Formats: sequence, structure tokens, C-alpha cells
Amino acid sequence: MNHLPLIIKREYLNKVRNRSFIVMTFLSPIIMIALIAVVAYLSQVNNDKKRTISILDETGVVGEVFENTENTTYTLLNDTGLETAKELVKAKHDFGLLYIKKSPDTINLVETVNFYSDESPSVSIISSLERRIEKRLSDLKLQKEGVDIEQIKASKTTVDIAQETFNGEKTSKIDSYLKLAFGGAAGYLLFMFIIIYGNMIMRSVIEEKTSRIIEVIISSVKPIQLMLGKIIGTSLAGVTQFVIWIILGSVLLFVVSAIFGIDMSQVQTPQQEMINQAMASSNAQNVAQDLIVGFVNLPILNLCIAFLFFFIGGYLLYSSFYAAIGAAVDNETDTQQFMMPILMPLVLAIYVGVFTVIEDPHGTVSTIFSFIPLTSPVVMLMRIPFGVPIWQQLLSFGLLVVSFVFTVWFAAKIYRVGILMYGKKPTYKELFKWLKY
Amino acid sequence: MNNLLVANSVSKNFGDFRALNEVSIAVPKGSIFGLLGPNGAGKTTLIRIINQITMPDSGEVLLDGLHLKPENVRDIGYLPEERGLYKTMKVGEQALYLAQLKGLSKQEAKDRLKYWFDKMDIGDWWNKKIQELSKGQAQKVQFIVTVLHKPKLLIFDEPFSGFDPINASLIKDEILQLRDEGATVIFSTHRMESVEELCDHIALIHKSNKILDGKLTDIKRQFKTNTFEVGLQSTNPEEVTRLIEEKFEVFPATFKNLNNDIKLNVKLPQETSPNDLLSFLTSKAEIHHFVEVIPSVNDIFIQTVKNN
Repeated sequence: MNHLPLIIKREYLNKVRNRSFIVMTFLSPIIMIALIAVVAYLSQVNNDKKRTISILDETGVVGEVFENTENTTYTLLNDTGLETAKELVKAKHDFGLLYIKKSPDTINLVETVNFYSDESPSVSIISSLERRIEKRLSDLKLQKEGVDIEQIKASKTTVDIAQETFNGEKTSKIDSYLKLAFGGAAGYLLFMFIIIYGNMIMRSVIEEKTSRIIEVIISSVKPIQLMLGKIIGTSLAGVTQFVIWIILGSVLLFVVSAIFGIDMSQVQTPQQEMINQAMASSNAQNVAQDLIVGFVNLPILNLCIAFLFFFIGGYLLYSSFYAAIGAAVDNETDTQQFMMPILMPLVLAIYVGVFTVIEDPHGTVSTIFSFIPLTSPVVMLMRIPFGVPIWQQLLSFGLLVVSFVFTVWFAAKIYRVGILMYGKKPTYKELFKWLKY
Repeated sequence: MNNLLVANSVSKNFGDFRALNEVSIAVPKGSIFGLLGPNGAGKTTLIRIINQITMPDSGEVLLDGLHLKPENVRDIGYLPEERGLYKTMKVGEQALYLAQLKGLSKQEAKDRLKYWFDKMDIGDWWNKKIQELSKGQAQKVQFIVTVLHKPKLLIFDEPFSGFDPINASLIKDEILQLRDEGATVIFSTHRMESVEELCDHIALIHKSNKILDGKLTDIKRQFKTNTFEVGLQSTNPEEVTRLIEEKFEVFPATFKNLNNDIKLNVKLPQETSPNDLLSFLTSKAEIHHFVEVIPSVNDIFIQTVKNN
């Protein structure tokens, strides 16, 4: 008797009809988009803010390099003492006063530089001021030594290395960023999915225990069938939610940016900045071309297939752990001690993915972690865009399947015993004993 | 083949703890079989083994003479002591789901549920959620779900807990009717008066061992002590009592009736017939009350468990 479809259907419908699930499904994208819009709006406002910085330059040669920009106006103050300048700037409600104190020493020219302001300025403002002063001072020094600044400027060259594999595939820096984005997105998606829906599975197992229906059910079906039905049903509900999130999210994003005219690219993540830098360094017209080439160069078919398999494999591996934990405890507060060992390898996988794979996708650390079953789904998904030999993928997936089968067996054992145990919080030792029942 | 269910030397260990030790029972077809025992004796483990929830370490369980197979879950209806329903699911939907898990088709389950809901007078609950029902109401639904697939073997673990006396007697009548329609019932409870009322056979499990089983009447016969409860009237009760005490082993008795002066339990030696006692008493006093003391299941339970 195969009741699996029946159980999957019940679990799915039960999740999907749940009021808080529905609310979450439709509210989350709205909140997310609202947040993004607010951040975008704020950073726009921030950028639009005009500020005036007054400069009191005793040397008379440094202050002149400050050219007005879109957001910042520089005014040079002359023939005043520091105290009067401070009063003046305060009265004018300027953003701040930059005070460059002349040094008696003709080589160093400047003794100290101070910045006075009402509110403490951001790091970026200060460092931009510092950069300009440093540049000016070193230029002045070079001039004093008799070096022609124009010559140095003329001697500056930029090099853009055109990358190509031995097989003749052209690659570029943009390519790498694209790969990174794809791999990162895949790995992160899996990570999120496991945490959100793993917890949901765990809660639904606990619910069956607390409502005491479990014994009624398993007098009709095998515990492993119930467990698998739960995992699959919940996952399908999860996929449904994810799809709705993505569709609703993109529609909303489109609508919001159309209505408010907010440029979403204002919200810059570090990755985007890197991409922007990469784009800036190559010629603008090449960027679009590079992007397309980069996209075509991605092992798309491999990526899709691997994504499907590693995603499912990794998710099932972890969710059976979650199901076993749910079976072992009586209520959610007792789950904490068992959550750590699950979360650790996941977080480790993300760290390895973010720090090591980016640095060296085929290095020893990345390669090893892409074989260890608990981290392999995330790490391998991040590596694959950089081109991983098929044998490595197969081996890694094989290991994943073997450990998945083992985990399900292990989880089913704990599940079978745990669902009938009430009243006490089990220790690891007891869990181990249950395996032998 | 008169036994529907036979367990042969079933043993089960949990780690170092032996939950069942070579327990054998035979449940005759069409009987109500009381499975008794103190808390933690191993009853639930045995019931779970019969339901194939846990597997025995050794021994075998036969249903209708055949080894238990996974398909047999259709033939068994089980109402566990730790029972409940999905709280947020609707009554009708939930009953349909559980019935389908037992192998009924959706339509069949619907028809039968309609019959039972009408019979129990709960037809308007179909779209209610379990959490909106009272405990007794939920128990009614649970009972229906247990018997819906017309199993050959019904196992009830404390079926009356949570019911008021009216509903308890309703459920009792349903159990008796199911038995009359051919079902065999295993009945586990601590309420000895319902065992007395319902069971034809009993088995007593204590500390993982079966220490007593058989037909209830046989067991009672086995436990009776040839003791008779007598109520006498006499003008000289002290003298009569003294005379009886001289001849027989006597204990004080308490029972209610109108105006007996002397109330005694008289224990006769094994071979002595009650007629001897009667003829002895007729010459001494007026006999208003003469009954053989039949041990109650409660007495048998306590006595057997204490002696082991």
C-alpha cells in the first residue's frame, strides 16, 4: 500500500492553507520591496545632499586643488585666524572647516590637518579629503625635485588583459563576476531554503507529537513513508512559496521603480561595486558584449542539471535531520541543542563558498569541501560556474547520495522511536541507543 | 481456527530493558479480550507489536493463522491511549484522510462517514475544526475513525477516558454491537468495572510477563475461595455467631439489606458443599441472605499482581 501521494497531498494542502503561511507568502515580498525602495530612496536623498566645506589653508598651495563637485562646494577662506574661521563657518552653517596648518619645515610643508564640524563626517568624506591632500603634497614634492608632473601623467598606462582558455574560449573579468553571481545565488538559495523549510518540517513533526495523532497515523503507514511524505509535501509548499515570492517580487519591483522613478541600481552591494569597477576598466561598448559572451560561456546546461541534483540532494539530506530532531523532542524550545550541529556545516559551507571559492575556485580547500557531503551542495554549486570536471561532480554527487541514504536511514530510526516518546528531552546518548531499538 | 489473533512467545527489548518476556496470548474470534496490567507492564508494547508499529525481537504474531503483513493494517482498528487529531484540520477532511490511509476509497469513506456521523448525531460537525470541539466531541470523531474501515480486529486502549457517562455508555453499546457484527475486540483498561461488564477473556501482564490468562468465568472459578455471604436473623445473635465461628472460618461482611442482625462471610473447606452450611444454619437462625462470594476482576488483579 503506497500512501505517499496521499500524505504528500495532505502535508502540502495543510501548509498552503495555513493562514500564517499565506500571509507570509504575500507579505514578505511587499516588505522586502518596501525596504529596498526605502533604502534606495534614502541613499538617493543622501547623495543629493549638498554640503559646503570651508578650507583655511595656511600654505596657500594645497587648498586650490579642491574643485567643486556635484554635492560638495569648497570655499577658500583667506586672511583669518583659526578661531575666526571657526566662528564664521558655524554662522554660515557649513558642513565643516578643513584647517591645513603650515609647517616651518619646507620639505613637509604641512604640519597638521584638522577637520572641524558639528556632526562627525563619514569615513568616505575624510578619506577623499586625505587622498587629495596627499596627492597634492607628493606632486609638490616631486616638482621641487624637478620632476615634470605632466610627464608622469603621460606615462600612466592602463592594461586590460584579454583572457582566453587554451580551448579558445574568451573569458573576462566580467565573466568571473557573472560566475560568482550565479554560483553565489545558487548556494545562498539552497542555504535559505534549507533553513526556512527544514524548520517547517521540524515544526510539523512536533505538531503531530503534541497533538498525539502520531500513533493513530503510524498504525496505518510506515514511519518512513510519513517522514518522506512530510519532507516532500513541505518542500513542494516551499517551492510554491518561493515561486510566488519571485514573481510577486519582480512585479512589485518593476511597479515601484516605475512609479517612484527610483533607480534600484542605487542600492549597491559590494559585488555590484566590483562589477562596476570591472566594467569601468574595460571599454564601455565592450561591456555589453562581454556580458553576453560571459553568459554564453557559462556551463548553463551543466549548471541547471547540477543545480537540480545538488539542490534536491542537499535539501533532502538536511531536511531528514530536521525531521529526526522534530521526532526526538517534545516542543520547539528543546530543539536548540540539536540545531547547532546542523547549522554549523551549513554556515561553514557558506563561508567556504564566499571566501575560498571566490579566491580560488579549484584550490585544495574548495575542492575538499565540495566533496564533503554536508557542505558539498552549497560549495559545489558555487564552484560549478567556474567549470568543474564532470568526474568531480559525479563523485561529489555520489557521495551526497550515499550519505543521503544513510541519513534517511538514521533519521527514520530516530523518527520511528522518537515519535512515540513523550515527556523527556533525550540526550545524544539516548538518541544513539534508539538506533539499536 | 478459533483464534483470530495469536501471539507466540513475543519478546521485546529496549536497550537493556526487557519490555516483553516470552508473552503468548490467543484472542478468540468474536470475543472481547481484556488486556490488563499495572502501568508500565508492557501492554502498550504488545499492542504496538500487534499494530506493527514496533517489531518484536523474537516470537511471532499470527492474524487468522497467517503471519502479520504490512497489508494487515486494514484489518486492524486501533484507538491508542495517547490519541489525538490534527487540531487545525476540519473534521470531515481529517476523517476522510485517516480512512483513506486505512485503504478505503474516497467515496466509500464518505458514505460510511455520513452513516456514522448521522448515527452519532454529529452530522453538522463536518466543516468544524478539531480545535473548536470539546474533548469528548473529538473523542467521538476519533472513535468513528477507528472503526470506519470495518476491521476484523479492534484494539481499544482506555476507550472511555474523556467521555461523560452518557457518551461512555453510548460507546460501550457501539463496541458491543461491533462485536455482535463479528468483530473481535482487544480492550485495555484500568477500569475494572468495564472489564467485568464487557470482557469474555482476559490476560494479565505484569513486569513484562504474562501471569494470568483465560476465560473470565474460568478464572473466576479458579479464584473463588468457597466463601459464602450470609445474612441471618436470630433472637440471640451472639450465641449463633459463636456457634458458626466454632465450626467454620468466618470474616465480617458488609452488605446492605433491611434488617439482618448477623452479617458474615463464611469460608468453607474446599470439599464442603454449600448445602452443608445451609443445613447447619437452618437449625440455628432464619436465613435472609445467602450468596457465593465471586471474586471481582479487581480482586483478582490486585491479588495476582501482589503475589508476583
